[in-house]
Amino acid sequence: MSSDLIQIEQHSPKGDWASTKPEFRKGTWCYSATPQNLSSLDLPNPRPWQPSDPDWKLPENWKQILLDGIKERLEKYRSFRLFMDLCVRCGACADKCHFYLGSGDPKNMPVLRAELLRSIYRRYFTVSGRLFGRLAGGRELTEDVVKEWFYYFYQCTECRRCSVYCPYGIDTAEITMIGRELLNLIGCNTNWVLDPASKCYRIGNHLGIPPHSLKDNLDFAVDELEEITGVRVEVPIGKKGAEVLFVAPSADYFVTPHYYTLLGYLALFHEIGLDYTFSAYASEGGNFGLFSSHELMKRLNAKIYDEAKRLKVKWVLGGECGHMWRVINQYMDTMNGPADFLETPVSPVTGTRFDHVRSTKMLHIAEFSADLIHQGKIRLDPRRNDHWRVTYHDSCNPARAMGLLDEPRYILRSSCNHFFEMPESTIREHTFCCGSGSGLGTDENMEMRLRGGYPRAMAVKHVKERHDVNALACICAIDKAVLPPLLEYWAPGVEVAGVHELLGNALVLKGEKQRTTDLRGQPIQTAEEEPAHA
Amino acid sequence: MRYRAGFALLIALAPACSGVALAFLPKSFLVLAPAVAYAACAIFLLGLLARLWRWTSSPVPFRIPTTCGQQRSLAWIPPARLDNPSTGLTAGARMLLEVLTFRSLLRNSRSRAGSDAVTSHDSLGLWLGAIVFHWSLLIILLRHLRLFVQPVPAFVLTLQKLDAPFHTGAHPLYLSDVALLLALAYLLLRRLANPLVRYVSLLTDYLALWLLLEVALTGVLMRYLIGVDVTSIKQFAVSLAAFSPVLPRNCGPWFFAHLFLACSLAAYIPFSKIAHMAGVWLSPTRNLANNNRAVRHINPWNAPVKTHTYAEWLEENKDKLKSAGIPE
Ligand code: SF4
Ligand code: SF4
Repeated sequence: MSSDLIQIEQHSPKGDWASTKPEFRKGTWCYSATPQNLSSLDLPNPRPWQPSDPDWKLPENWKQILLDGIKERLEKYRSFRLFMDLCVRCGACADKCHFYLGSGDPKNMPVLRAELLRSIYRRYFTVSGRLFGRLAGGRELTEDVVKEWFYYFYQCTECRRCSVYCPYGIDTAEITMIGRELLNLIGCNTNWVLDPASKCYRIGNHLGIPPHSLKDNLDFAVDELEEITGVRVEVPIGKKGAEVLFVAPSADYFVTPHYYTLLGYLALFHEIGLDYTFSAYASEGGNFGLFSSHELMKRLNAKIYDEAKRLKVKWVLGGECGHMWRVINQYMDTMNGPADFLETPVSPVTGTRFDHVRSTKMLHIAEFSADLIHQGKIRLDPRRNDHWRVTYHDSCNPARAMGLLDEPRYILRSSCNHFFEMPESTIREHTFCCGSGSGLGTDENMEMRLRGGYPRAMAVKHVKERHDVNALACICAIDKAVLPPLLEYWAPGVEVAGVHELLGNALVLKGEKQRTTDLRGQPIQTAEEEPAHA
Repeated sequence: MRYRAGFALLIALAPACSGVALAFLPKSFLVLAPAVAYAACAIFLLGLLARLWRWTSSPVPFRIPTTCGQQRSLAWIPPARLDNPSTGLTAGARMLLEVLTFRSLLRNSRSRAGSDAVTSHDSLGLWLGAIVFHWSLLIILLRHLRLFVQPVPAFVLTLQKLDAPFHTGAHPLYLSDVALLLALAYLLLRRLANPLVRYVSLLTDYLALWLLLEVALTGVLMRYLIGVDVTSIKQFAVSLAAFSPVLPRNCGPWFFAHLFLACSLAAYIPFSKIAHMAGVWLSPTRNLANNNRAVRHINPWNAPVKTHTYAEWLEENKDKLKSAGIPE
């Protein structure tokens, strides 16, 4: 590996962790949220500041606010209280975090990340900590601790990998979420999280696409799809009484390579004659609120059910997005349900009743499509993906907060002739994060992203070298945005594709013209029997 | 770091010293033994109950199991029933097996990032150390019942027999004793030798191990090397269990060391990380079914939040909708 790449090394840590301080080195942290974004979401302490400033302009009573905040959350979340008490520091989680592996910074071991908060909990909320202080593992809450929290809670992608290995299931992601909530109370947020959140709140989606631009983008996609396939599809927005409301992450509307997945959805919906609609109000499935606080998550998520009710649809279908599905699977129904105005989803094509979502009434598109393929209701020609040698990256959230593992694989194996798995210790529940999830995917944080994504990239490199893999498929909008630069850096030559993009390539449409390109406009070599179009 | 570990050992030696000192105190001190034993039991039980009450008084607002396998979705895709349970029953089974077999630790591996690869290999040392320790401790505790119950229950006799397959005369060697000491020594050495684990260890982590080791060592010393008057000890233990304590005469100093150390350990448990024995059962990432989309989970403090309603949004976007021809 050439020497101008970031050096990944691990040293045995020495000394006492409590006496070290983070260094806010460029490339390892995200810019603060602008006062405008805080104000637009009614969040406290809007002011201009940056993490590299010596003075963070905390509110005068910041300490009391934090201690009250901890107390409130201990009383509201059994997870938080238990995870503060249970850890035995066995170290099983220590080397499971991609940020530890990539940065070698011991405070990126999940156990220590949690101890940053746990030490404060002990000092102020346990008898032994109050009596014995440092001897009992307690620590004074100082401004340096706040800075340290900010640094390390924004070096955790809330991926839950550590939780898989912990004998008590301690989920450091849960602790990070609480830690970020606490930081929110005193106005220490990042713009990469709050800017999309504020746009989603006001305008309808993270990218801030207003209704007319949404319409333009979708119209453009219709034209492109027609050019590629010869079939003109219709894309309804805000259609009252449609059977299905379709909600996708907003990057799908025009960011590459997400956009090719959008083309895949549109082709599929047309082919099966689905009576569906997009919405301009609920034009975002993703939820950056999840990366900020439970409350903000709820505020952003409310739109989906509200819009489903207003449009009088029967059920909701969701596109390819990782953290969106964490929210839908773990929180939506509890927060904003019950969805008693909807019906249990039934596939209009196969008649399959999706009983496993009978309460939320929201189905993942991979579940929907896998059923279509399994029942033989769509025709696929996998040869059209022969130019791709594909592997699959399990996004953290569908893997460890849902268990959506085999549906996308089934779609890929049906749509592609060349599919290869990465090493077992890096897929399914063991999957390594992209390194940029949970709102860390901003350019100023690039060094940390490249470090955090290193374990994932090395697994990709492995299959690239062994099987000539040139496409990494995934079902997550953040992955699609952040894996291309990551792979270009560590494993150049591997493109990132959506599962429904590859399905769309293979999908045979009624009345289509002879396809000469895939959805990216790249020529396909389907083979000898069609030499005229090869 | 090294000084911290050394300091830890010093601190941890303190209870041992006091235990032994107590053991050699004058006979009049015997009177205290039953009181100490009862007090320790009471602190242990009440302390753990208080801890449990505290934990359970915080609600579980969201159902957040860590899913470690395929979900139950389409009828033809086999779900991972244990690792991604979809019913209360399978979630219960997951929890039970976690406690009985430490399945999460069984997944453990060691990973290292090098300059152009991340290597990972299975690593079962911690699982082995932990499982041997916990199970041998349980067997030893159960064997102790022979001291407290008269007549000795049949299952305890069977357990004793199984535990000492190489029967040699009057003092059969119990495998669980050997296993416990080896496992404890391993766990302590691991904590000191593994640089990552040593870095994250607190004094209290050493204290817990050290106390356990001391209880175990005094017990083993008493049984295999020094020899004690088991009849007197049993008399005392049975009387304790019957709540009409007699004074522990003729039990010997090592018995007192063992007793006082065990009592300090029991009384320390509710205030220490060893309380995980109770807390593990409550872990919401392990004991819940991943069936959120099928059965609604209720959050007791779910309160309305401020949202940007459709009406407000429409107000701001009327023109744009109109120009794009999107119905309101
Ligand atoms: S695996 Fe769990 S108990 Fe062990 S150190 Fe990590 S968080 Fe603590
Ligand atoms: S949740 Fe993921 S990023 Fe956060 S500490 Fe655990 S392994 Fe690391």
